[in-house]
Amino acid sequence: MKFYMMHLMPYADLDLDYDQKHNSAWITLPNSYYDPKKGAKLYNRYLDELEYADQLGFDGVCVNEHHQNAYGLMPQPGVMAGALARRTRKVKIAILGRALPLLNNPVTVAEEFAMVDNITEGRFIAGFVRGIGAEYHAWSSNPADSHDRFHEAHDLIMRAWTETGPFSFEGKHYQFEYVNLWPRPYQTPRPPIWIPSQGSSETIDWASHPDRRYTYLQTFTPIAMLAKYMQMYKDKAAEHGYEATSDQLGWSVPLYVAETDEIARREAQPHIENFLNKFLRMPKEMLLPPGYLSLKSMMGVMKAKSSIGTKQTVDSVIEKGMFICGSPETVRAKLEEYHSEIGFGHLLTLLQFGTLPAELTRKNMELYANEVMPYLRQKVPAAAAAQ
Amino acid sequence: MAPRETIETVAGCRIKLMRKGQGEPLLFLHGAAGAGKWLPFMDMLAERYDVIVPEHPGFGASDTPEWLDTVGDLAFFYLDFLEQFTLSGVHLVGTSIGGWIAAELAAKNVSRLKSLTLVAPAGIHVKGVKRGDMFMWSPEEMAQNLFHNQEIARAMPQPSTDEEVMVVLKNRLMTAKLGWSPRMHNPHLRKWLHRVQVPTLILWGDDDRLLPTEYGPAYRDLIPNSRLEVIAQCGHLPHVEKAEEFTAKVDSFIKGAA
Repeated sequence: MKFYMMHLMPYADLDLDYDQKHNSAWITLPNSYYDPKKGAKLYNRYLDELEYADQLGFDGVCVNEHHQNAYGLMPQPGVMAGALARRTRKVKIAILGRALPLLNNPVTVAEEFAMVDNITEGRFIAGFVRGIGAEYHAWSSNPADSHDRFHEAHDLIMRAWTETGPFSFEGKHYQFEYVNLWPRPYQTPRPPIWIPSQGSSETIDWASHPDRRYTYLQTFTPIAMLAKYMQMYKDKAAEHGYEATSDQLGWSVPLYVAETDEIARREAQPHIENFLNKFLRMPKEMLLPPGYLSLKSMMGVMKAKSSIGTKQTVDSVIEKGMFICGSPETVRAKLEEYHSEIGFGHLLTLLQFGTLPAELTRKNMELYANEVMPYLRQKVPAAAAAQ
Repeated sequence: MAPRETIETVAGCRIKLMRKGQGEPLLFLHGAAGAGKWLPFMDMLAERYDVIVPEHPGFGASDTPEWLDTVGDLAFFYLDFLEQFTLSGVHLVGTSIGGWIAAELAAKNVSRLKSLTLVAPAGIHVKGVKRGDMFMWSPEEMAQNLFHNQEIARAMPQPSTDEEVMVVLKNRLMTAKLGWSPRMHNPHLRKWLHRVQVPTLILWGDDDRLLPTEYGPAYRDLIPNSRLEVIAQCGHLPHVEKAEEFTAKVDSFIKGAA
């Protein structure tokens, strides 16, 4: 199993009373709530944290993409990857954007990713997503074309990375007379590709196809759902006539480890609850614009009692396995159990969340890197062999 | 009495069609909510006209064809429709997105039209006048913002069965497909509205929170033989909120145009 530190880079200095006047920390929250003096400090602190992960022995660091919000300050994640490329030595750098349907020109991403792959001499992992629904409001991109544009942009980037140029591209949404990528990617035939998702059978079917075998990354979901989707991937692979490896399965989860269970819960509580109830806050219309989900999936959402907008607590997310929190023993035991049940090969931990301050973030990282990672590194290959 | 309801195939697409009444043909093009039900104003018009109410491709009970990408596609579709049903001397009435389709159709070809009525039509952009963002509205806000009279807003039926919810989602999806960006307009349409050479009535509610009343004069100035009438104490759906006044205005305009 490989260990990654994921960062969202939230605007942790957000005035948390914003929700008395505004219904979301996204899209419509005026950017007067952002203070560049504070934001500059946060950017540098967060980059320091990811660089520290390199020193602590993580296998990788992950940045991501969201637009026009206080939840994550990386609308252009390539900037962060570029900054990290020269300041880290060993870690892989994963960009878990880009939201391909938003792009007017997908070649920009093919170029940017290839540059990072070259500068890092192949320490780069490419992520392709559709983004969350709010991005379509932020970028005026038509959500009804989201699936179509994702696939077309993906195909264009793949060809740009793997085919000798120049070639012309004749799509419905994108057309080019000349595609001829300079630089070509460093890795052959291309960087690894990860597909983060909150759970979609369509996405799993696509990612698991033998032509792709992309790493499917389940983000922020109850453990029961994680197990279901990971199994779905394995089943799909089997249907396609091959066995999925643990390298094709990843899980991204917020995690907080402290000296004891009690300390961990107490220290994490306000920050994870801010993450859930303040930074993630948005109305359903913002999260799910028409076309973002298939009509069938949307129907399911309409019928399900929506958890959007209902207050979540530290205990509710711990119980559902959406947040791993506790002493090193507790965290080790949980991860070992989930791993042996589910068999993911990439574990992405969000070690800073919401308003979690710098000292607690560092302590969390150190305890995780020193007390949890080495144990699992030792245990997990044995467990995998025993399966 | 209920209208005749049939399924017709035009340009390879199966659509639902409602039709009732005697007289000159009046083709009504619905807005974002589809044409699921025969409404009171349709009955009133059916006393004097042959009222034809198709449901657009991509909406309600009609199929979603592969070829449907833009409102321009629907304008061509309805030109095919007029030919297929050999309709001429048609009074074309369109509301909201249906008004946009009607305006695009008339800019392309008015040969089968006798008059045009645009009811709070989408289709053009007026710089500096902010539209409502219906895609950010909850169902409750939608009802409130579409009507001036909040009693009517509260009385609007909400979808109750799975089928009804599915229709709402389908209509919303197609509305986004056609109107998300550029938002509810075609930047090129205004260049060609001078081609609309039939008598044109533009109707607007004075309290339209989706497409503000200020859009009315802009449309009027772009279509040569047109006049604008504003309906007082009325939201985005005059044909629903002020059905009698709406029907009377359309009827008297058509009589004057004949």
